[in-house]
Amino acid sequence: MSHAAAAAPSPEVAIPAIPLAELAPWALFFGLIATLVLFFVSAEQGAVSLTSGTLIHEFVHDGRHLLAFPCH
Amino acid sequence: MTARAFLVRGLVAGLLAGFATFLVAHQVGEPQVEAAIALEESAAHQAAPSTPGMSAHAHGSDHETVVSRGTQRTWGLLAGSLGVGVALGGLVALGSALAVGRLGRLGAAAASAVVALTGFVAVALVPFLKYPANPPGVGSAETIGVRTEYYFAFLLISVVTAAAATVVAARAWPRIGGWGAVVLGTGTYVVVVAVLGALMPSVNEVGDFPAATLWAFRRGSLFTLAALWATIGIVLSGLVGRLEQREAATNRRRTLAASL
Ligand SMILES: [Zn+2]
Repeated sequence: MSHAAAAAPSPEVAIPAIPLAELAPWALFFGLIATLVLFFVSAEQGAVSLTSGTLIHEFVHDGRHLLAFPCH
Repeated sequence: MTARAFLVRGLVAGLLAGFATFLVAHQVGEPQVEAAIALEESAAHQAAPSTPGMSAHAHGSDHETVVSRGTQRTWGLLAGSLGVGVALGGLVALGSALAVGRLGRLGAAAASAVVALTGFVAVALVPFLKYPANPPGVGSAETIGVRTEYYFAFLLISVVTAAAATVVAARAWPRIGGWGAVVLGTGTYVVVVAVLGALMPSVNEVGDFPAATLWAFRRGSLFTLAALWATIGIVLSGLVGRLEQREAATNRRRTLAASL
């Protein structure tokens, strides 16, 4: 208990932060994938079309409406 | 704790959130989508009874579409929910990894909960208040371009403002304390977003669509978004909190062993 008291939080003992240099590659890598996925569910073959046709639009159609994205 | 540890837990939280989103969307939202499509079709048949199947719309009866309505409201909805769930789960986890140690004295679990709550308000709720979800049949096809631009522009404004307000609050925290920092941060966000939201153009293409169906659809959409963000927040902060406690216990044991 005395050890726990010695290690008890004081204003000087900060919660360790994750260095930005460690975070950046993960943020870049996953940020790109996430943006791509979100784009295909929210906007592809709607206002913008990278691929032709309406297959993707129709497949994710109900999700696009119910997740509050503008659909058509 | 590492960025990778956060991300992995965020993906798990996002997967569960995807299933929760699908469940709520399917049970609460789909009946309204079906009702809206029925209204849209009966209106289309009244307007042009001699040209069935001419519409290039994604909705309408099965013979007009590439993907059947039955697939759209089940597998399509599930795929969309899982995709958005996993993507947002991972992003919230990376936001939490950035926030921990930088938001006053909040630990990993508390920081994750704050990031998920902020995400729900900034990404889902506030854009919804300005540009609410519309069921099929509401909104003209010619304006999809500008409506999409407005929506994503306001979404970007909301997210950037929330991030900036959080930085302001975190900087002020040591001087004015936790309570003051939260009031300062939320106050800054609300004022900036309210002013910019009032300046952005409004969209009203509801026409004579039945108000009760529109409200039921929008309520269902809000419940869907709430299920998505609540599941991400609860699962992520739970998983991250468990790891946090395990690491704290290891550190205590190590300190104890070193002192013997
Ligand atoms: Zn639609």
